[in-house]
Amino acid sequence: MNAVIEEHHDDHGHGPDKGFMRWVLTTNHKDIGTLYLWLSFIMFLTGGCMALIIRAELFQPGLQLVEPEFFNQMTTMHGLIMVFGAVMPAFVGLANWLVPMMIGAPDMALPRLNNYSFWILPFAFSMLVSTLFMDGGAPNFGWTFYAPLSTDYAPPSVTFFIFAIHLMGISSIMGSINIIVTILNLRAPGMKMMDMPLFVWTWLITAYLLIAVMPILAGLVTMMLMDIHFGTAFFNAGGGGDPVLFQHVFWFFGHPEVYIMILPAFGVVSAIIPTFARKRLFGYDSMVYATASIAFLSFIVWAHHMFTVGIPIAGELYFMYATMLIAVPTGVKVFNWVATMWRGSMTFETPMLFAIAFVILFTIGGLSGVMLALTPADFQYHDTYFVVAHFHYVLVPGSIFSIMAAVYYWIPKWTGNMYNESLGKTHFWLSFIGVNVLFFPQHFVGLAGMPRRIPDYALQFADYNMVSSIGAFLFGFSQLLFLFIVIQTIRGGKKATDQVWEGAHGLEWTIPSPAPYHTFTTPPKDLAEAHG
Amino acid sequence: MDKVKRNSWLVALGSLLFSNLALADWSGLNMREGVTQISREVYELHMIVLIVCTVIGAIVFGIMIYSMLMHRKSVGAVPSTFHESTNLEILWTIMPIIILIVLAVPSTRTLRSMYESGDADIDIVVRGFQWKWQYTYLDDDPLQEVQFMSAMLTPEDEIYNRTDKRENYLLDVDNPLVIPINKRIRFLITSNDVIHAWWVPDFAVKKDAIPGFVHESWTVVDEPGIYRGQCAELCGKDHGFMPIVVRAVEEPEYELWLAKQRQEAREAYETVGKTWTMDELMERGEQVYNQTCMACHQVNGQGIPPAFPSLVGSPLITGPIGEHTDMVVNGKAGTAMQAFGAQLNPAQIAAVITYERNAWGNNSGDMIQPSTINDMLSGQ
Repeated sequence: MNAVIEEHHDDHGHGPDKGFMRWVLTTNHKDIGTLYLWLSFIMFLTGGCMALIIRAELFQPGLQLVEPEFFNQMTTMHGLIMVFGAVMPAFVGLANWLVPMMIGAPDMALPRLNNYSFWILPFAFSMLVSTLFMDGGAPNFGWTFYAPLSTDYAPPSVTFFIFAIHLMGISSIMGSINIIVTILNLRAPGMKMMDMPLFVWTWLITAYLLIAVMPILAGLVTMMLMDIHFGTAFFNAGGGGDPVLFQHVFWFFGHPEVYIMILPAFGVVSAIIPTFARKRLFGYDSMVYATASIAFLSFIVWAHHMFTVGIPIAGELYFMYATMLIAVPTGVKVFNWVATMWRGSMTFETPMLFAIAFVILFTIGGLSGVMLALTPADFQYHDTYFVVAHFHYVLVPGSIFSIMAAVYYWIPKWTGNMYNESLGKTHFWLSFIGVNVLFFPQHFVGLAGMPRRIPDYALQFADYNMVSSIGAFLFGFSQLLFLFIVIQTIRGGKKATDQVWEGAHGLEWTIPSPAPYHTFTTPPKDLAEAHG
Repeated sequence: MDKVKRNSWLVALGSLLFSNLALADWSGLNMREGVTQISREVYELHMIVLIVCTVIGAIVFGIMIYSMLMHRKSVGAVPSTFHESTNLEILWTIMPIIILIVLAVPSTRTLRSMYESGDADIDIVVRGFQWKWQYTYLDDDPLQEVQFMSAMLTPEDEIYNRTDKRENYLLDVDNPLVIPINKRIRFLITSNDVIHAWWVPDFAVKKDAIPGFVHESWTVVDEPGIYRGQCAELCGKDHGFMPIVVRAVEEPEYELWLAKQRQEAREAYETVGKTWTMDELMERGEQVYNQTCMACHQVNGQGIPPAFPSLVGSPLITGPIGEHTDMVVNGKAGTAMQAFGAQLNPAQIAAVITYERNAWGNNSGDMIQPSTINDMLSGQ
């Protein structure tokens, strides 16, 4: 560790520039990681406010606060912002901070590209959010934007939505090229692929998924653009087009996309659980293979989102069986985490609490996924709140909890300060209770027959919607505490040691806390600690 | 046979766990068993997979909780060093596969019976519109076909909390679909504009209504009753307000109902020829407007610009009646304005045009007769 500091001294000693231009011009992976994480948090709060408008309207039957038109804009924007603005940039931010430090690289392989991929995003999201103030309102056709509702019947702002999606896609593709090149080329000499921490592995696979599917999304929105402005009829049945084609293309992008949002989470949890169980990750090899299998399967199951569009029975059966198969590698992962905890010596600091909650609540979401895979049952579940509960269980206490776990786990390394543990635990318990009160009752209203994306509902759904809304406000406002904890930690606090956590393994823990502006300008020699 | 026994055993266990022991009325929280053979099979499948998932969850979480209690540093646990076991990995790869096969068998069986196509006793075309349904009872003789629109009945006052919400809030329609019990009914599902989904939970029938496609689904209902559902695919502003109501009745009652519908259709056809007075047209027009046009153009005709333009003093309404009629009959491509020539009869179209030209201070004094519209429609 001393060696690193001394080398840093020799390195012309230049630190970050001063002022605002530091952030605009930066090519430093740590700065860009920070930018991504803050953007993600701002979008998380924005999308969260929209969710609270939705839940406030659904607090009671009847229309109280918003009109159906605006309600549809809220559900659409909430989904788009959370998927593209909150979850994906957060993981890219974590990758920026952590991948070079975990593989002993000085920076990302393509630093200028890294700067571009970030700075596209604020423009993309400003454009997307600005549609709220346009004539005819924001996109109101759901985050899945099925044609022809999103083409012939869309508000004029749809064109801005298409352009925003293009920008996000470009950013994601550049970001993932960068991550792949970094991982394949800049590993410390001697570090083999199977020595990489699981977070690096999951991101490598995620980056390939991104490169594979983002162009498909770009093609899809381009076809929409042509239909809207240039007289084509890709999705217009009246012109010989096919509205179902839209859904096939969308979900061929969309299903890998949902795994893009969960695979890095697997990596985060696979780093945290061994640390606090003080025991190596169980079944490292099988974790890698399971991640790769899930990624592969994600390409061949897309039509399980479309069981009700009238696919022939052979197709329904194939997609049902293929979808059920996903449970196998996912199960392997869950069992491996449990086996890692088994006969360890556990302590329950905030990151561990979030990680354990991730395993439990993600498993609940996974099990309801098995239920949804069964086509005949899906005819009853499809497009109800049961589906809403299912994917929020894998996305909120799944992806988002893992991101929070990651922030608590690595923030001492980033800032050099320990966060306030009791506040962190308070944040955890408020979020944990809030998220379950929010989403668990949605399983019941969904089974009882409440469709999703409706601004008002029949009286028999009233009680559980009220409970759900209360949970939403508890969960939502708890995140202000998270903001407070993060700012407090950046500004000061107990100094963190280099190792930070007693049971932590990995190269990022061999450098000082806070991590110097430049790390591993010469590659590390001792790789024994590379993965836990 | 063994499988069937095992399934019913699991279902029995399920009802014990989830129904009898629950304090609250579980029926409001679970999937409906429904009133068809298929819906009961689906319910059984749902209960099996729910129980399997609950048991798996309980085992996994049980082990985790045990581990969290016993293997914590604060009780002096010393970490073991094991970190792999090929046998265990094989075990927990094979076990889920076996469970999945057990689940796949009944799902495949149910799915196959759902897809069994056969001759139906009655064919009904279900056509989705923004935001109502149209039902057409097919008949070899086109003059005998019965066709009507079915839209939500719940008044705005209830939705905006100005009056108390009655039972079946949001789930009531003006003209329910009527079908006989114990007959095989085939639904031919399609759409006139965007994608909708026709869903009646008690039949376990949910099928997307897609413009340009006609999808088939079928049901045989065992018990008379009123069954309610909703549109299940986001279809725009009033997606939450296009319920489905099906009245399943004994066959003789169905035959009576059908005969009455046919007679009414004939009468409506005959009244097209007569000359209507302004008052008759205005009265009828207000009715039609409130059922058909109000969702977009609003009760006061002001619309919600720019998506739904105002009708008050607008150039179209104050201009030549021919263009106005053309708009109502043929709609406007690329907007939410539909071609109502396909949905309304000539009397309704004439009445609503007359109403729009004379309501909300548009006092043009213009009127148009159903016979004019009829000539125009049949001329096309």
